[in-house]
Amino acid sequence: MGDWIVVPIVLPAVMAALIVLAVRHDIILQRVFSITATVALVAVTLSLLIFASGNGPEMYALSDWPAPFGIVLVLDRLSAMMVFLTSLLGLGVVLFASSEWDKRGKHFHALFQFQLMGVNGAFLTGDIFNLFVFFEVLLIASYGLMLHGAGADRLKAGMQYVVINLTGSSLFLVGVGMIYSVTGTLNMADLAIQVPNVASGDAALLRAGALILLLVFCVKAALVPVHFWLPGTYANAPAPVAALFAIMTKVGAYSVLRVYSLAFGDTAGDMAWLAAPYILPAALVTLVLGMTGVLAAKRLNSLIAFSVIGSMGTLLIAVGLFTPEAISAGLYYLLHSTFSAAALFLIADLVVSRRGQFGDSLHTAPRFHQSGFLAVLFFVGAIGMAGMPPLSGFIGKLQILDAARDSDAMVWIWAIILVTSLMCIVGFGRAGSVLFWKSASVDGEITVEGAKWPVLPIIASCGMLGALVALTIFAGPVTDYLQGVSVQLFDTSQYIEAVLGENALSLIGQ
Amino acid sequence: MEFLVASSIGLLTMCGTYLLLRGRTFPVVVGLAMLSYAVNVFLFAMGRLTINMPPILRDGVTEYTDPLPQALVLTAIVISFGMTALIVVLSIRTFLEIGNDHVDGRPAGAPSEAGDKN
Repeated sequence: MGDWIVVPIVLPAVMAALIVLAVRHDIILQRVFSITATVALVAVTLSLLIFASGNGPEMYALSDWPAPFGIVLVLDRLSAMMVFLTSLLGLGVVLFASSEWDKRGKHFHALFQFQLMGVNGAFLTGDIFNLFVFFEVLLIASYGLMLHGAGADRLKAGMQYVVINLTGSSLFLVGVGMIYSVTGTLNMADLAIQVPNVASGDAALLRAGALILLLVFCVKAALVPVHFWLPGTYANAPAPVAALFAIMTKVGAYSVLRVYSLAFGDTAGDMAWLAAPYILPAALVTLVLGMTGVLAAKRLNSLIAFSVIGSMGTLLIAVGLFTPEAISAGLYYLLHSTFSAAALFLIADLVVSRRGQFGDSLHTAPRFHQSGFLAVLFFVGAIGMAGMPPLSGFIGKLQILDAARDSDAMVWIWAIILVTSLMCIVGFGRAGSVLFWKSASVDGEITVEGAKWPVLPIIASCGMLGALVALTIFAGPVTDYLQGVSVQLFDTSQYIEAVLGENALSLIGQ
Repeated sequence: MEFLVASSIGLLTMCGTYLLLRGRTFPVVVGLAMLSYAVNVFLFAMGRLTINMPPILRDGVTEYTDPLPQALVLTAIVISFGMTALIVVLSIRTFLEIGNDHVDGRPAGAPSEAGDKN
């Protein structure tokens, strides 16, 4: 099984090159290649997931250079789950884009495959500098995707997005450099061993480097006060790209979880749980700010973008508690919020494309085609995002509230999550009633060019909602798996021994 | 030498940060380039500053310079070079599309049309 770990990175990379070199003139062939590759990716990542659920962490040494000198990929329960989530989301997005969006600009499918490669690589890598490289790969692809189809608003938002992320990349290098200068290693497992042994005179450098790195991950995760890029980017990105970007914020959350539980977790001595005091308050503010944005939004797309910020707040509240129960609850919410955000962006595009010149502004407009059907989809998606029963958002929030019971900040967490849930319900209720209900009484009808029942986009949007339903029905097995994930995250010796060999911990006398 | 390297990194970072916060795209692009130079030199210095030493361990060699930061800097230079090219093209495209080179898409003091839309 070990060799298959590299497939989720190599397969999209080869496909992207093939698409851009061999079939760039034929959109049908591009779609066939891209969809086939993504289906294959789902199959591979599913088998990796099944493997990881029955075994301990597994390591793949690139070019067979031994760790910690070479770069390693590590498959454990968490990374297996994340790559599977990425490929499922990718399948939905590529189906949606293959009806019409991919014709509005060049090279959509090639960039899309590169994006998958970068995201999968970031989830699988066990080397902190390699994490930087995969961040760059996914960012470079995302710049192209974000600007797909261009237009003044999109270029403006894209410019800001690129500048913020380039600054973030510079900070990433500074952080990595500082950590390397005092520990002499870039391998995450080796880092976990070296961090407690750092000389006390160098501890301040290590702490500063680790916190700069945390700042970079928080930029990716759109945590207040570094969330400014998200609303403009997501609201102006092409719909399938915005849906795909639902996984990008999770890359930030994943990195926080990985680095700060492995290298700066229980075993880190003075540096133990370095990130914890910063993340929880910031996440609470993020949640309030996101849901206030939902109430204030004047456009459907920025409404959804702000709800993504809010859901990142909820997720990072759970992560910021750094207890096994909270992290498995948070990961359940991570799965849920990825699918619900993607579903909402896709459904919003179906609505917006039918409203003609009214676009995504939240004003009443005459009826449009299939408004009844789309109203049902939007309703289901909004229930998911707001975290109301019966869908998985409710279960996720319930688990997070339950996990926060023993926390010192319990009152704050309960109050803010419950109040912001209400704000989210009000915000989405208002948007839905303006778009579908009040608009029903306006005279006339909007007719726009295009297929009346675009098959692929509707399949894709229903598939994302179906994932929410499946997550609700199979909440039991999923939660069991996630508890395994957090057990593995907290028992770092499994990970370290998988990378550095059986004796790595005993050799240094731990 | 430590003082020279440290102060030049500091100076580059200072200028880069200042330019990055300007309102027009051209200073922002130059600022990003300066920041990436500063980061590259910084990363280079993370393997400690040594002169005239082999970057490789061999028998009988006790003094050496750390080769890893050099490899890291090489990667970082390639990436930042590509990124600078991208952002130059992107800012030209934005200028041609929007008609001005302000980062938020409108000249200072102009009425906020973006605010109404968002």
